[in-house]
Amino acid sequence: MNENDINIVITDRNGIIHDVIAPTDMSINLMELIKIHELESEASIGVCGGMAMCASCQCYIESQHNLVPKSEDEEAMLSEALYLENNSRLACQIPVTNDLNNLKIKIAPEI
Amino acid sequence: MIKSDILIIGAGPVGLFAVFEAGLLKMKCHLIDILPKPGGQCSEIYPKKPIYDIPAYPEILADDLVDKLMEQCSQFQPGFTLGERAMTIDKQEDNSFIVKTDKGTKHRAPIVVIAGGLGSFEPRKPLIDNISKYEGFGLEYFIKEPNLFKDKKIVIAGGGDSALDWAIVLCEIASEVTLIHRRNEFRGALDSVDKVQQLKNLNKINIITPAEVVSLNGKVNLESITIKASDNSETDIQTDYFVPLFGLSPKLGPISNWGLEIEKNAIKVNNSLDYQTNIPGIYAIGDVNTYPGKLKLILCGFHEAALMCQSAFKILNPNKKFLLKYTTVTGVEGFDGSHKKAPKAVIKTIL
Repeated sequence: MNENDINIVITDRNGIIHDVIAPTDMSINLMELIKIHELESEASIGVCGGMAMCASCQCYIESQHNLVPKSEDEEAMLSEALYLENNSRLACQIPVTNDLNNLKIKIAPEI
Repeated sequence: MIKSDILIIGAGPVGLFAVFEAGLLKMKCHLIDILPKPGGQCSEIYPKKPIYDIPAYPEILADDLVDKLMEQCSQFQPGFTLGERAMTIDKQEDNSFIVKTDKGTKHRAPIVVIAGGLGSFEPRKPLIDNISKYEGFGLEYFIKEPNLFKDKKIVIAGGGDSALDWAIVLCEIASEVTLIHRRNEFRGALDSVDKVQQLKNLNKINIITPAEVVSLNGKVNLESITIKASDNSETDIQTDYFVPLFGLSPKLGPISNWGLEIEKNAIKVNNSLDYQTNIPGIYAIGDVNTYPGKLKLILCGFHEAALMCQSAFKILNPNKKFLLKYTTVTGVEGFDGSHKKAPKAVIKTIL
C-alpha cells in the first residue's frame, strides 16, 4: 500500500464485505472505485458515467466521516431514487480523498 | 415482415453511424429500439450534457450529436421500429435471421447487429405492493401516444425532465393533470420548470409536493391512488391513469437468451477481425460488446461499426471483389437519389 492509498470498506449488494485499497491521487470517486474492483456487474452501476443522472450508484454511508456536501444535482437525483434512506448518497459524487480512510459504505439494491 | 440487409438492434449513436457506413456499401438497414425515439442514452439520459471526446467536435451536446448522426444517415433511408423490444431470434435455412419484437413485429435480415448500449432501457418501477396488477390497466411507464389520455384524469409522479415535459404536453389533452413529487424542487430545463409554474398558476396543472404515491386502488382498472404527505397523512385521488416517471435502467434482457457468449454482462466479440459474435452473422458493436482492451466510448463504437460493415458486406457478397472507397473521392450516393460530391476544381489558364 503506498502513501496515497487509503482503505474503504464496501458492502456489496449480496452483503459481502470488501476491504479495498483506494488511491487518492487518481481523481476517482466511490462509484469508480466500485467499478475498478468489479464489485458489481458492469451495467448495474454508474450507468450515466458519473453525472448524478441515474442513481444506479446509490450507497448508504455507514461511518461517521465528513463527506463533501450534496450538490443540487445530487439532491435532485436522490429525490427520485428508490430505496432511499437518510444516509443515502450517490457514490459518483464523492471523490476519494485522504480524509475518507476507513469509510464504510453499503451499495443500495439494484434498480 | 420488414426486410433489410442489416437489422440493427439499438438506435443509439453507434447504431445510427452503422447505417451510414452500411449505406456507403449499398447495404440497407432497419433499426429496432425500445425507446420511442432514436439516440439511446444520449437522448434518454443526458441530452443536454456536452460531450468533449467526439473527434473534430471540441464540444457537442448529446442530442445535437444524435441530430447530426440522423442527418448523416438519412440519405440511406433507414427504417425504424421504435418503442418495441427485440425478443426472439430464429435462424432460417438460408442463414438469415427473423427477429420478433414484443409487439409481434417480424424483421428478416441476413445480418443482425446488436448495438444495444448497456441494454434495453426498462422503466424503474416505484416500490408499491400491487403495482403489476395495474400495468396496462391505468398504469403506464412510457407515454407513446398522448391521445390515449384525451379527456382523462392523469397523475404523473417524478421530478425530472420527463415528468415536467409530459405534464406540459398532457395538460392540453387530458381533462386533469396532477404532478406529484417527493420534494418541492424540480430538476429540468429552466423553461420547462417555468412553464409548469405558469400552468400551475393558471390552475391547469395540480402540483402536490412533497408527497409520494403509496398505493393504487381499483377493482380491475385503476380508479384512484393514495398519496402520503410529509406529515404522514394519506389522501386518495381519483384518476384514470398513473404514470410514474422515475427514469430508466438498462437491462440486457431477452438478448441474453440468444445463445451469445456473454462476459460481464456484455457480448463477447472477435475484436481482431470484425466484431462478430460466436454466432456467425450476428455482430455486436458499441457499449454492448466486450473484448480485451475494450473502451466504452462512442468513438470506439464508430470504429467498430465501420469494420463490422466491411465484414457484413463480404457475407452478403461472397464473390465480389471489394476495395475500400473514400468519400472524398467518390462522394456519397444516397438511396434517396441524392449524390453528394466534392465540387470540381476549376482548370483554367492564367494569362
